[in-house]
Amino acid sequence: MEIPYTIDSRPDTGLFNAKLGIWLFLASEVMLFGALFTSYILLRVSAPEWPHGSLILNVPLATLNTVVLITSSITMVMAWASLKMNNFKKYRTYMGLTFLAGVAFLLIKGVEYGTKFEHHLFPSNSTFFAIYYTLTGLHGLHVIGGMIVNGYLWGPGSRMWKTRPERFTNRVEVAGLYWHFVDLVWIFLFPVLYLL
Amino acid sequence: MRKYIFSTDHKVIGIQYGVTSLVFLLFGFTLMMMMRWQLAYPGIPVPAIRFALPFVVVGLIILGFSKFRSGIHLLVGTVFLLLGWMIYYLTTDELSMPDGIMLPEFYNSLGAMHGTIMVFLGVVPLAVGAFGNYVMPLQIGAPDMAFPKLNMMSYWVYFAGGVVMLASFFVPGGAANSGWTSYPPLSDIATTGQTMWLFGMVFLITSSLLGSVNFIVTVIQLRVKGLTFMRLPFFVWAQFITSFLLLLAFPPLEAAGVLQLMDRLAGTSFFLPTGLVVSGEILPNTGGGSPLLWQHLFWFLAHPEVYVLILPAMGIIAEVIANNTRKPLWGYKSLVYAVIFLGFMSFIVWAHHMFLTGMGTAISSFFQTTTMIISIPSVVILSVLLMSLWGGSIRFNTPMLFALAFLPMFGIGGLTGLPLGLSSSDIPLHDTYYVIGHFHYVVAPGTLFALFAGIYFWFPKITGRQMNERLGKIHFWGSFVCMNLIFFPMLIQGLAGVSRRLYDGGTQYAHALNVLYLNEWMSVGAWAMAVFQIVFILNLFFSLRKGKKASENHWQATTLEWAATPTPPVAHGNFARVPEVFRGPYEYSVPGHPTDFTTQNQPS
Repeated sequence: MEIPYTIDSRPDTGLFNAKLGIWLFLASEVMLFGALFTSYILLRVSAPEWPHGSLILNVPLATLNTVVLITSSITMVMAWASLKMNNFKKYRTYMGLTFLAGVAFLLIKGVEYGTKFEHHLFPSNSTFFAIYYTLTGLHGLHVIGGMIVNGYLWGPGSRMWKTRPERFTNRVEVAGLYWHFVDLVWIFLFPVLYLL
Repeated sequence: MRKYIFSTDHKVIGIQYGVTSLVFLLFGFTLMMMMRWQLAYPGIPVPAIRFALPFVVVGLIILGFSKFRSGIHLLVGTVFLLLGWMIYYLTTDELSMPDGIMLPEFYNSLGAMHGTIMVFLGVVPLAVGAFGNYVMPLQIGAPDMAFPKLNMMSYWVYFAGGVVMLASFFVPGGAANSGWTSYPPLSDIATTGQTMWLFGMVFLITSSLLGSVNFIVTVIQLRVKGLTFMRLPFFVWAQFITSFLLLLAFPPLEAAGVLQLMDRLAGTSFFLPTGLVVSGEILPNTGGGSPLLWQHLFWFLAHPEVYVLILPAMGIIAEVIANNTRKPLWGYKSLVYAVIFLGFMSFIVWAHHMFLTGMGTAISSFFQTTTMIISIPSVVILSVLLMSLWGGSIRFNTPMLFALAFLPMFGIGGLTGLPLGLSSSDIPLHDTYYVIGHFHYVVAPGTLFALFAGIYFWFPKITGRQMNERLGKIHFWGSFVCMNLIFFPMLIQGLAGVSRRLYDGGTQYAHALNVLYLNEWMSVGAWAMAVFQIVFILNLFFSLRKGKKASENHWQATTLEWAATPTPPVAHGNFARVPEVFRGPYEYSVPGHPTDFTTQNQPS
């Protein structure tokens, strides 16, 4: 039994199954983060005072993290493009770089968290820190999830390239869509928490 | 292992969902029966044996049917014995039931878990997980779901969620006791059971997310040649729209669940206002949060959830009615447009659950307007189903009886909802038994009857055997009478102003005294109802082994699951030959045709 349209696109929709699936998944992710951002707005407008993020959070480190994530999005696209051009070696390099960028992001985030903990700034400190830790923590979990997938596609999962190269390319494309979304969430988080 | 337990075949997963959710429905119902004891006879010790014994007896009978050869009988029989033990344990536990008398905390736990289990572990998994999974791919001619492994994962994540919920009964302080709505600030400071509840919900939300992505992709991508959207059976449409509701409405509750977990575990104050006093002391939390935020996030899910409960039921009813009136559905297109519009509107009505929170008249007016608007497509759907009966030569078999009863029962449920949707009439009715009566009419004799209809209707396809008609009719008439005996008095009590949250059923309130006698009626109704469900359970397991053999197209139906697959369908792949569709879903009694039904895959 073969399920149709796992590799080729269905003519009338122009999509293969997993691509439609990941877009739907991302739609639900939009609702998840949308609800959290909405909560942020509601809590902030009803608060008597709200600290300015740039005064208590580390803006330079977060800027660096933004650069790291955007770079990783570029390398992710390059990884997919390399497969499309039948260059598996280049794919391994770019995918490896994407994974390392994820590691770098988490390390920087870890340093940020660490210094906050040193100063005894915990989620229970204020509503600002509560929402800061919740949003960045949930985003961090999404980064870890993406890294697991990327790591798998870089390592053991890449054996599929030899047997079913088209399907493997599709997988990388889908993982890429997710990775870009994680990147995009950060691009919203950064100004909302650190700058506004 | 691969074949029965970690199967990726949508039919096996559908059956797994079906069996598990039916067990949870029965368990949730039993929790309610224990509550009804307390309401009818406040302060009198609960007869633990009387609640536990039927489970043991039914379990033993099912084990007897198995003759130790049939895996499903052995499994379900054992589950029944375990449930019997669990109920005995719960009703004799000295911490929650000293001398057999129920403590208020335990009563609250039962109420919260009844709601949670019925909605999230019973009805939705049965309507979507079981029926959607089993029937939908067959109806669109697909070999399986688009992502079989995700489908398997969806079931096992759901199962894990169910286990967490059941386990929460055994933690200190018992299961969650803040209602199925888990309103803060009470839920923020409740016992450990609430944390378990939140973890359980995260599992269930993940499961429904995986399922809904799978359903939508399957409907869009895997329809066979010729099956355009306007040729889809209405059941598929209903599942399709339901999946969108699950996909987009559940994440905000997940967000809310994460925030509440942070409140409970990390000491944040998302839902705790400043200066909250608990037991005479100010909470150490910083405050600054908003309990209303939870209500908005919760109802943003939970109103679409109402439609998740009812849409698949309407889908089943449409199939059963078209088949048993032997004529096309009257107004198929308006049915489809109504269901799409209904799905869309369901996202902008949520705050009609919150008229009493002081949102302000402008916002109340907005939500009561949208609520009145959403009643239009519901009425369209019900009218279409009702009109479809006109002039048909109706076959009164068990599924059709359930389908026919669905129409007036859902009608009562819907019409009693109108006063709740208008803020001025909602104010006196809010939080009374009227609300309970209203939504139970929608979900119990509404959705549950549709699900029963579906079970009787598709049982021959799934197992290759028929269910016993006589027992089916006993089940139907008994349930029909009992349902009304349980839920109609609730409307009366509610109009008298009896609050839904009274642990003693209102004995201490003067305005409740006139309608207090109804408590006993309702409780007797609920217990009698249980007896008729035993008939159903025994019929199910008896027919599985001894039922009369069913033919390929048992009901002479037109849709692909009957027309193009063997009975039962072949594992992995469904169709011996991929079918092609040439016509609409309900071509019954087409003039000039030799038979009174023309299947969808019959070339013109």
